[in-house]
Amino acid sequence: MSNEAVVHAHPGLAHEVHGDHHEHHHHETFITKYVFSQDHKMIAKQFLITGMVWAVLGGLMSVLFRLQLGYPDATFPWLEDILGKWAKGGRISDSAYYALVTTHGTVLVFFVLTAGLSGTFANFLIPLQVGARDMASPFMNMLSYWFFFIASVVMLSSLFVETGPFSGGWTAYPPLSALGSASPGSKTGMDLWLIAMALFVVSSLLGGLNYIATILNMRTKGMSMTRLPLTIWALFFTAVLGVLSFPVLLSGFILLIFDRNFGTSFYLSDIFVSGVGALPNEGGSAILYQHLFWFLGHPEVYIILLPAMGMVSEILSINSRKPIFGYMAMVGSLFAIAILAFLVWAHHMFVTGLNPFLGSVFVLLTLLIAVPSAIKVFNWLTTLWRGNIRFTPGMMFAIGFVSLFISGGLTGIWLGNSALDIHLHDTYFVIAHFHIVMGVASMFGMFAGVYHWYPKMYGRYLNNTLGYIHFWVTIAGAYMIFWPMHYQGLAGMPRRYYDYSNWESFKQFVELNRFISTVAMIVFAVQILFLFNFFYSIFKGRKVTSQNPWGATTLEWTAPIRPGHGNWTGEIPEVHRWAYDYGKDGKDFIPQTTPVGSDESEHH
Amino acid sequence: MTMFLTIAVIVLIFVVIFQIAKASEYVAVLKGAETSRKQNNKINGFLMLAFLVLGLIGVWYCNKELYGKTLLPHGSASVEGERVDSMLWVTLALTGLVFILTQVLLFWFAYKYQEKENRKAHFFPHSNTLELIWTIIPAVTLTILVVIGLRNWFLFTGEPPKNAMVVEVTGRQFNWMYRYPGKDGTFGKKYFRNIDDANNNPLGLLWDDAMGHDDVVAQTMYLVKGRPVKLIIGSRDVVHDVGLPQFRMKMDAVPGTPTTLWFTPKYTTKEMREITGNPNFVYELSCDQMCGNGHYSMKGSIEVVDQEEFDVWMAKQKSAYLTAFPDKDPANAKPAADSTKTAAAKTEATAVKSTAKM
Repeated sequence: MSNEAVVHAHPGLAHEVHGDHHEHHHHETFITKYVFSQDHKMIAKQFLITGMVWAVLGGLMSVLFRLQLGYPDATFPWLEDILGKWAKGGRISDSAYYALVTTHGTVLVFFVLTAGLSGTFANFLIPLQVGARDMASPFMNMLSYWFFFIASVVMLSSLFVETGPFSGGWTAYPPLSALGSASPGSKTGMDLWLIAMALFVVSSLLGGLNYIATILNMRTKGMSMTRLPLTIWALFFTAVLGVLSFPVLLSGFILLIFDRNFGTSFYLSDIFVSGVGALPNEGGSAILYQHLFWFLGHPEVYIILLPAMGMVSEILSINSRKPIFGYMAMVGSLFAIAILAFLVWAHHMFVTGLNPFLGSVFVLLTLLIAVPSAIKVFNWLTTLWRGNIRFTPGMMFAIGFVSLFISGGLTGIWLGNSALDIHLHDTYFVIAHFHIVMGVASMFGMFAGVYHWYPKMYGRYLNNTLGYIHFWVTIAGAYMIFWPMHYQGLAGMPRRYYDYSNWESFKQFVELNRFISTVAMIVFAVQILFLFNFFYSIFKGRKVTSQNPWGATTLEWTAPIRPGHGNWTGEIPEVHRWAYDYGKDGKDFIPQTTPVGSDESEHH
Repeated sequence: MTMFLTIAVIVLIFVVIFQIAKASEYVAVLKGAETSRKQNNKINGFLMLAFLVLGLIGVWYCNKELYGKTLLPHGSASVEGERVDSMLWVTLALTGLVFILTQVLLFWFAYKYQEKENRKAHFFPHSNTLELIWTIIPAVTLTILVVIGLRNWFLFTGEPPKNAMVVEVTGRQFNWMYRYPGKDGTFGKKYFRNIDDANNNPLGLLWDDAMGHDDVVAQTMYLVKGRPVKLIIGSRDVVHDVGLPQFRMKMDAVPGTPTTLWFTPKYTTKEMREITGNPNFVYELSCDQMCGNGHYSMKGSIEVVDQEEFDVWMAKQKSAYLTAFPDKDPANAKPAADSTKTAAAKTEATAVKSTAKM
C-alpha cells in the first residue's frame, strides 16, 4: 500500500485542495514560476532551500573541525580523499582548520540565519499576514534572492582557490584579513569573501527595504499597526536594523578592499611582516574596522534573533490556545531591543584598549538589553500558564527556543560586564554563549517556523514522528555540546585553537572534546533526517485538508490551502480585531476577519 | 572498507527510523487522527517533565565532572583577579537562580497545562502589574551588577600603583617578546622600520637613543611576586591578544596602538605548582585573538619569582644593545669588526631619517 493511498484514505476531503485559485491566470512558464519567480511565496522557498544547502555545508564544516578537536591524534584517510592537500595523511591541516572555522561562521551567520531565516519568513509571512497580494516590489524581491544566490556562488567558489578560502575568522579583523603575506587565506580567498559579502549586503538591503515598504503601506483594510501579529512586528524591526546597519558594514568592507588592493592605509599602520619587511602604511587604525564591523555585527545578532522571537510568540500563543501575554509589552520590548542593538557594539571590543569611560557606557547599555529580554521571557512563560497546550512539532521547537534563549541570554550578563569579560573574552565561554542564544536558539525559531507554516507552503504536513525525534535529539544534543563549553571557558581556554595538546593550562579536556565532537556528529545526522522529512513531505506528506489546520486567527489561514500568486481569490479579507483572540468568551478562537460582536467582553 | 560499512550502517538506521515514522502515520489513520494526536500530546507532555529533571541532573553532573578542571578551585593568581572571581560568583548566583526558576517554570507549565479534554485556556491578555514587576526586578538586579562591574573595571583600567614595574610585551606571528627598561627605568625609542631580525633588533629599537642602551629583551617574562606590573602591549604585524587566564586578565596587542594592562601576581610559579598539585605548572601567555595559521601555537611563558631571584635573573641579562653590538660590550673587549660598524652606521642613518619624518 502506498503512503499516499493510506494517508489520504479519508473520503471527500481532498477535493478543495486542487480547486483553489483560478483568479490570476497569467501564463507561467517553468522559468517564471520556479526560477525567476516574483511570487513572494516562491522566493521564500528559494531562500529557504538555498539556506538549507548552506546549513548542510556549514554544519558539515563544523563536523570536520570538531573531528580535529575531538580526535587530535587520530588520522582519517578518507579525509585526504575528499580534501586532498588540506588533510595530508588524513589529518586536517591548521590552515584547513582555520578555513573551516571561518567559513562555518560566515555561512551560518549570514547565509543561513540571516538570508535563510528572515529571507524565508519575511517573504512568506509579510504579505500573507498583513493581507497583501505580494510585496511592494516583487521585482526587487526577486533581485534580492538572486543577489543572494550570486553571493552564494562566489562564496562557494572561494573554497576551491589554490591558496584556500579566507581563514582569519568570520569577523575578518585586519591587518590579518588585509595582508595576503600574513596568511595564505587572506589572498584570493579573501577577495572572493569580500565580493560575496558585498553582494550579500545588496541582497539584504533590497529585501529589507521591500519588507518595510510592504508592512507600512500594504496592510489590508482594518489592519492597524497594533493589530499586526508579532511575527510581522519582529520582521519589521529586523528589516529596519538591517537597512540601517548593513551599509556601515559595506563601508567597512570597501575600506578593506582599498587597503588590500589600492595601497590605502585605513586600517594599517606600523606593520612589519616577517619575510616581507616593513610595510609602507602608516596612520591607519586596525580598531576602526572593528567599530565599523560591530556596528553591523551586533544588530546582526538581533537580525538573526528577532524573527525567531516573533514566530515563537505566534506559535506559543496559537498552541497554548491563549492570547500572547502582554502584546504591547512584546512590541515595546522588540522596539527597545532594536534601539539598544545600535548602542552596544563596542561590548565586543572591551579588550581592544577602548577608552575605559566609553567602555563603561557600553556596559550600562549592554546590560540594559537584559530588561526587555526578561520581559519577553516572562511574557512567554505567562502565555503558557493556564493554557491548553498542543505539542505540535512547531510548538516543541518554540518551547525549546525559550529554554535556549534563557540559558544563552543569562551568560550574556556575564560577558556584557566588562570587568568579567576581561577574563572570559575570546574563550570557549563566548562560544557557548553565542551558539546557544543566537545560533541554536534561532535555529529552533526557524525549525518552529518551518514545522508551523509548512502546511501553508506546500499544502502538506511534515511527518510528526520524525519531527519529535528531530526535536528531542536536537535540544538534548545542543545542550550536551554547548553547556560543557562554559567550563572550558572558565578554564580560560581560548577559541580558535587547532590543537591544545601543547598547553599545560588547556590540555585537560581531551575526553570532553571527544564527547562534544561525537554528540555534534549525531546532532548533524538528525538534521539530515529533518531534511529528508522536508523534501519527502513536499511530495508524499499527509495532505492538508482544512484551510485552517492549527485553528489560528491570522490572515494566511483564510487564503486557499495552496494559494496562487495573489494569495486570495476574490477580495482581500478585511480585519476587525487583533491577532490573539484565543479562548475569549468561551470561544476557542476568533479569526481576525470576524467582525466584533456586540456581546464581546473587551476588545483590542 | 570500514568507511563503506559505517555509511551502510548509518543509512540503515535512517531507513529504520523513517519506516517507523511512516508506520506511525498509518497507525494515526487507523486509530483516528485526533486520538493519536492526543496520545502524542501526552507523551510529549511527559517528556517535557522528564527533560527538565534529566536536564537538571545533567547540569549537576557536568559541574561535578568539570568544575575541578577549571581555574576556579584554586582562585586567582593575581590580587586584582580576586575581584573578577568574586564578581563571577555574584553573577553566577543571580543568573543561576533565574536560570533554575525560569527553566523549571517553562517545562513545568508545558507539562502541567498540556491539552486536556475538560480544560479551557484562561483568557489572560495582559496585566500591567505583572509587567511592572518583571521590568523593575531585573532592572534593579542589573544595576547592582553594573555597579560592581564598573568599580572593578575602573580599577583594572586605571593607573597602576606607583611601585609597579613596567614590561613591554610585543606580539608577532607566532611568539611573544618582552622588553624591560633596564636600570634607568625608561624604555628607549623604537620605530617599526628599524626592525631587523637578522641583526638582533626584532623590536626596531633606535640605537642612537641612549635611554635604550640598557633595555633588556627577554624570551621569558619574569615577574615579581607581590609587585604590581604594568604591561605595555603592542604588535609587530597583526592583532594578537595577551591572554593571562591564571591572572584573569586579557588585552589586545594592536599594531600601531599601544595598550596597557596591570595586575599584581600573588603566587610564584613554584607556589602555584603546589597549589594546583601539578608539578609541570607554568604560567602561560596565550594569544587569544585569531592571528593566522599558527595562532594555536603562540605561547609565551611567565615565571613569577620573588624579588631576590628576580634581581639575580636580571643581573644575568645582557642588554639588547650589547647583544646587537657585542664589540661595545666591555665584557668582550675585542677590536670592533668592520661589518658591525657599517651596520651601526646604517641604522643610525635610518634613525635620523625617521626622526626627521616625525
